[in-house]
Amino acid sequence: MKIKIFYFARLKEKLNYSTEDLELPSDLYSEVLTVLKLKAHLAKRGDVWGQMLLGKLKIRAAINHELVDDNAVIADGDEVAFFPPVTGG
Amino acid sequence: MTVRVQTADFDVGFEINQLRQARKDTGAVVSFVGQVRDINDGDAVSQLTLEHYPGMTEKALASIIMQAKTRWDFFDALIIHRVGTLQPMEQIVLVAVTGAHRGEAFKACEFIMDYLKTEAPFWKKEVTPAGEHWLDAKDSDDLARERWSE
Repeated sequence: MKIKIFYFARLKEKLNYSTEDLELPSDLYSEVLTVLKLKAHLAKRGDVWGQMLLGKLKIRAAINHELVDDNAVIADGDEVAFFPPVTGG
Repeated sequence: MTVRVQTADFDVGFEINQLRQARKDTGAVVSFVGQVRDINDGDAVSQLTLEHYPGMTEKALASIIMQAKTRWDFFDALIIHRVGTLQPMEQIVLVAVTGAHRGEAFKACEFIMDYLKTEAPFWKKEVTPAGEHWLDAKDSDDLARERWSE
């Protein structure tokens, strides 16, 4: 499965990543790939990834430009975004 | 419905007039303008930078207007939200709603703002004498949005 991931705001700065194209191993998604599973997978990259994605600051997600929760399912070709709670207006 | 995400400033009078004059049966125009304050939590703010999610931002704002449309009877809504770097006293956002009568238009305008504050993908970074930092989302904004739960 190939997906595109965007990171925003404080998360982008801490991870030092704005976007990436990610190829996921098939053993990860032989069941269903949820947002939470993707966070856990990315957290394995090390310190700041785990601290940010599974830490105290609640990281929100969007799939194909729609806000979703941690149980949402990700499909091949999806655009996923991770970001802190929004502060517009 | 009009949604604009832009760095440029906007002219509230001009935008309201455009909306107001679009339909002769318009009886009410309600509007909200948000601007940058020079004080936040006791710290002097020297500038504010707004980041957003190009592609999702416009869709999210349009979706918020559509949700308001299903709940209240109004004619049209406009959201203009600026991004980029702003100074204190600069305008950030305009929400305007037209309708036949004020009741529905007021509620729709407030709803749109409460949802924009909790769902639209913008993030603010403040510069103060202590340095720069990203603003945290406020519990009061979540509570404001929850008021509208049916």
